Amino acid sequence: MEVRDLLGKVLHLEMIQTTYFLHIQRGVVMINQLSWKVGGQQGEGIESTGEIFAIALNRLGYYLYGYRHFSSRIKGGHTNNKIRVSTTEVRSISDDLDILVAFDQETIDVNYKELHSKGVILADSKFNPKKPEDTEASLYSVPFTEIATELGTSLMKNMVAIGATSAVLDLDIHVFEVVVREIFGKKGDKVVAKNMEAIQAGFDYMKEKMDANVPTMVLEKADGKRRMFMIGNDAIALGALAAGCRFMAAYPITPASDIMEYLIKKLPAVGGTVIQTEDEIAAATMTIGASYGGVRAITASSGPGLSLKMEAIGLAGITETPLVIVDTQRGGPSTGLPTKQEQSDLMAMIYGTHGEIPKIVMAPSTVQEAFYDTAEAFNLAEEYQCPVIVLSDLQLSLGKQTVEPLDVSKVEIRRGKLVTEELPEIENKGYFKRYEVTEDGVSPRSIPGMKNGIHHVTGVEHAETGKPSESAANRNAQMDKRFRKVENIRFNTPVYKNAPHEDADLLIVGFNSTRGAIEEAMTRLEKDGLKVNHAQIRLIHPFPSDEVLPLVRSAKKVIVVENNATGQLANIMKMNVGHAEKITKYLKYDGNPFLPHEVHSKCKELF
Amino acid sequence: MATFKDFRNDVKPNWCPGCGDFSVQAAMQRAAANVGLLPENLAVISGIGCSGRISGYINAYGFHGIHGRSLPIAQGVKMANRDLTVIASGGDGDGYAIGMGHTIHAIRRNVDITYIVMDNQIYGLTKGQTSPRSAVGFKTKSTPMGSIEQSISPMELALTVGATFVAQSFSTDLKDLTALIEAGLNHKGFSLINVFSPCVTYNKVNTYDWFKENLTKLSDVEGYDASNREMAMQTLMKHNGLVTGLIYQNTERPSYQELLTDYSEEPLVDSDLNLDQAHFDKLVAEFM
Repeated sequence: MEVRDLLGKVLHLEMIQTTYFLHIQRGVVMINQLSWKVGGQQGEGIESTGEIFAIALNRLGYYLYGYRHFSSRIKGGHTNNKIRVSTTEVRSISDDLDILVAFDQETIDVNYKELHSKGVILADSKFNPKKPEDTEASLYSVPFTEIATELGTSLMKNMVAIGATSAVLDLDIHVFEVVVREIFGKKGDKVVAKNMEAIQAGFDYMKEKMDANVPTMVLEKADGKRRMFMIGNDAIALGALAAGCRFMAAYPITPASDIMEYLIKKLPAVGGTVIQTEDEIAAATMTIGASYGGVRAITASSGPGLSLKMEAIGLAGITETPLVIVDTQRGGPSTGLPTKQEQSDLMAMIYGTHGEIPKIVMAPSTVQEAFYDTAEAFNLAEEYQCPVIVLSDLQLSLGKQTVEPLDVSKVEIRRGKLVTEELPEIENKGYFKRYEVTEDGVSPRSIPGMKNGIHHVTGVEHAETGKPSESAANRNAQMDKRFRKVENIRFNTPVYKNAPHEDADLLIVGFNSTRGAIEEAMTRLEKDGLKVNHAQIRLIHPFPSDEVLPLVRSAKKVIVVENNATGQLANIMKMNVGHAEKITKYLKYDGNPFLPHEVHSKCKELF
Repeated sequence: MATFKDFRNDVKPNWCPGCGDFSVQAAMQRAAANVGLLPENLAVISGIGCSGRISGYINAYGFHGIHGRSLPIAQGVKMANRDLTVIASGGDGDGYAIGMGHTIHAIRRNVDITYIVMDNQIYGLTKGQTSPRSAVGFKTKSTPMGSIEQSISPMELALTVGATFVAQSFSTDLKDLTALIEAGLNHKGFSLINVFSPCVTYNKVNTYDWFKENLTKLSDVEGYDASNREMAMQTLMKHNGLVTGLIYQNTERPSYQELLTDYSEEPLVDSDLNLDQAHFDKLVAEFM
């Protein structure tokens, strides 16, 4: 793709995004996508700067995708918030960067390589910013802190930066007014006015200083529709609420805590609550207790918490207690990379807990799917009376993005074989056959408080009434019954497929948040002339072989893109559908999400 | 009205003849009947160990969980259905070793359940290892030279973390034990009842005779006032923890569920699961 700038020179963009520049007029570049990043020291308000910028643009109808780079500390350390703005839906961070707002030199040094040649650095004059030699991007030293201090407080330097950004984008700064009012309204009109003044001052300063050679980047007008702007964890929590969840027990951990923090605010309105437990073991077992008690309950954690919950997961498996657990994966093992992206819990989630139990592991690949899948997890947990793990990853859980409307009327509530009618009396104080061996393996489920439903529940192998039994015949009957339950599991869309080709050159496979990068890579590969199919696995276990095998068969080559070091999904695929000879892996485990161009070039290497 | 017989089932306990746990089981069944419960409205949640089997020996909803975790399971059950009476039970290893974290936090949280610990100062089901309740010098398979770790004082510990009901009993005192369990079941909050329940197979030191010789009934302590936390602590220290009776009760502090904001007065298990469109729209609007 060749793009000429206002002087007629060919622009060399390091990475060209899909339909990046629409057209260029004198001094103005029309764009349909913008990539903006703000960086500085943690605790400096970097997050809120990004938030204000993003919310305002989301309200204009743009699609946003944000990704935060942060460290496991509260103050200090480099942090940045990268926000992609587009007129069409985006599900991945962008390859490159148009504007970098820097509050320290480190931000420039760490991030400048993402800027393309026409990119702009807006840096606080306070630290005397220096432009690295090997970049064609322009640097403007803007007195963010100075202007803010003159207006009353240096805290407003972020607002000045938003103003300066608006100048580069020729954005009407009034779009920020409502957001500023929402955030600072409580502090009074004066504070709101001061902050708006700071934005105006940043805008005015930058307008005057802008070099004529640097064109203003004007975003194509968005459709103006109001859409949700949320993180995957919000959707997970909302999905739980929509499914009738009334109780959560959890222990704080990055990147899962948002789920409990949201639900503690919202559950009381429906009579429920969240208990912050003493540890992850208590969180899992308390959830089991509530579920055994008949209430839809959830617990959520990340890898370290899941490791602690494993014994409880086995208990839910053998006692056939419905259990919904969210695992928002992060960099492991141990404390690993606690604030970074990784997808390395796959095997642990499928096989974790000692012994063997039926289990369902699902992996939503978008925020919308996170909502519907979490809601569905409650149905599956009750229908199959087993643990259901909703697998997410840091990028999906924390990446803040624009989301198309969610339809609560699509959320069904199905409670399986939960007893709803009065039970007949059992002679001689006999126990209810809670573990009755049935054809489909699922037994009727009575809950405490039900007359004539008394039975025993134990993690010891047991007979139909729940009483312990070690007989070989009973062991076989109960083990077989438990596994029979998930043999024919019904799951709406076990695989997200975009498979236009009957004979594809390449099948790209991923799960969770890699979807966006793969989708963009696929578009570019198609432009390169390759026939590409894409499958994002949404039901990890039991593995949907029937859906995946035809796709593997019909592709010349298969590449599995995943954020781990051992190729866990690729290995699971080989185990389930074979074709080991054509399955290759593209692995990344440095803590960062895949970029579209990385997936694109890796795939091209195969041909 | 149910009688204690209604809380019996046809399962023969696998405890050794003479085990203290038989009396605890009987006292639980009597107390349940005495407070007017029906079997289906009682849930007994137990841990792992000899005593953990108790949930299978009572005609009630019974949940035999994993080692040390009876308390979180029991609290979950109670949160789901506040109309149920929930008893958690297990041994001293279950509650004071592997499950100690939960014990302390369950006491602090004060969910309205009753926790009965069958304390035999030894690990029975694993055939005789030291317990956190074993005295210094106690010889077991895992401490052949005698235990060199300080033993835990569960009653004193409970008082320091804000317990609202602390009692101790001896399994042979069936009448007193039954009355204490009744009081625990009637207490609005978390009640901890530690019961000396001798292991006749592996503990040859803390025997029935040893307890008879060493225990002091609080009813025999002149002027003892169970509403006085300081007195409770001093009395426990003076008698090296070897007292029986109601040690402390605070009837002022509301239970966890009473303190929760907007927590449903109806049992959660009865709530309508459908989230109406208007409510959902309100939630969604906050993200726009």
